Amino acid sequence: MKAFHLRVNGERKSVTVDPSTPLLWVLREELHMTGTKYGCGIGACGACAVHLGGLATRSCLVPVSLIGDRDVVTIEAMSHDAVGRIVQNAWVDKDVVQCGYCQSGQIMSVVALLKSNRAPSDTNIEESLGGNLCRCGTYVRIREAVKSAATKLA
Amino acid sequence: MFLADADGLAAWQKIYSVLTSPRCINCHTATNYPQQGDDRHRHFANVIRGPQDKGVVALNCATCHQSTNADSTGVPGAHGWHLAPLSMKWQDLNDRPLPSSEVCRSVKSQLDGPHLLKHHEGEALVLWSWSPGRRPDGTMRTLPPMTHPEFVEATRQWLKAGRPCP
Repeated sequence: MKAFHLRVNGERKSVTVDPSTPLLWVLREELHMTGTKYGCGIGACGACAVHLGGLATRSCLVPVSLIGDRDVVTIEAMSHDAVGRIVQNAWVDKDVVQCGYCQSGQIMSVVALLKSNRAPSDTNIEESLGGNLCRCGTYVRIREAVKSAATKLA
Repeated sequence: MFLADADGLAAWQKIYSVLTSPRCINCHTATNYPQQGDDRHRHFANVIRGPQDKGVVALNCATCHQSTNADSTGVPGAHGWHLAPLSMKWQDLNDRPLPSSEVCRSVKSQLDGPHLLKHHEGEALVLWSWSPGRRPDGTMRTLPPMTHPEFVEATRQWLKAGRPCP
């Protein structure tokens, strides 16, 4: 066990865990931030996406020992983020969610995309979200919501 | 054929055997995606090359690959994880390694001697090939067919012989 000092959503957090513990479990089990979801545990579904040092990252794959001084941003911070808020509103407007389990990961990936590209093409959207799976099949509505958010950001 | 040429060609064949080993060729692909595993299957999770060979936004190489191996999760890592550019592909579109002669000419056209030696001696992703970490099942990834010092020595010998190609 070892102590780690993280900055999560702008706040200092300290945890004492095994260094090999994935960030996902630090968030969910130690910090009780359950908005980030466990889907597959092997980086294949994207449900656990967070932003690490500004990059969309699969939190199930990153041991806490490799985080260093990089900022961690999770879905819990999106309502206070200019782009995140617009994306969340677009999600509501387009009624994207069915079961909702994958959606925090979807939104984290979309926010990363729109912060880099304010006018993504269909190809951009498909490529950037290609690693975020939705077993309810809401992909069409996700794309509509991304385009709607992009329009508002333009 | 001069002896020096024979030695140089033998050294090249050693280099070629490393370049076309899975640890190297999986990221020296001819496709718009990386490969993984000793069977060189397509990288899972719809990972694609992207405009700068580092994936695309929200699905960058760094979305999973950190600056060092993550043995607890089985994800390999090294500083600056990325695909080699298409100009340095070592395979054809059918996933077969390019012939030795073709790779040799490609290497010669891409890097001069000093840069090639520097790349083979110290590039983080080259060095990673000899410290590739554990697979998700906990077993060690296989290594290239010779040690890193032997690989560097073969590179030196090839350069010394004038970079002959088959």
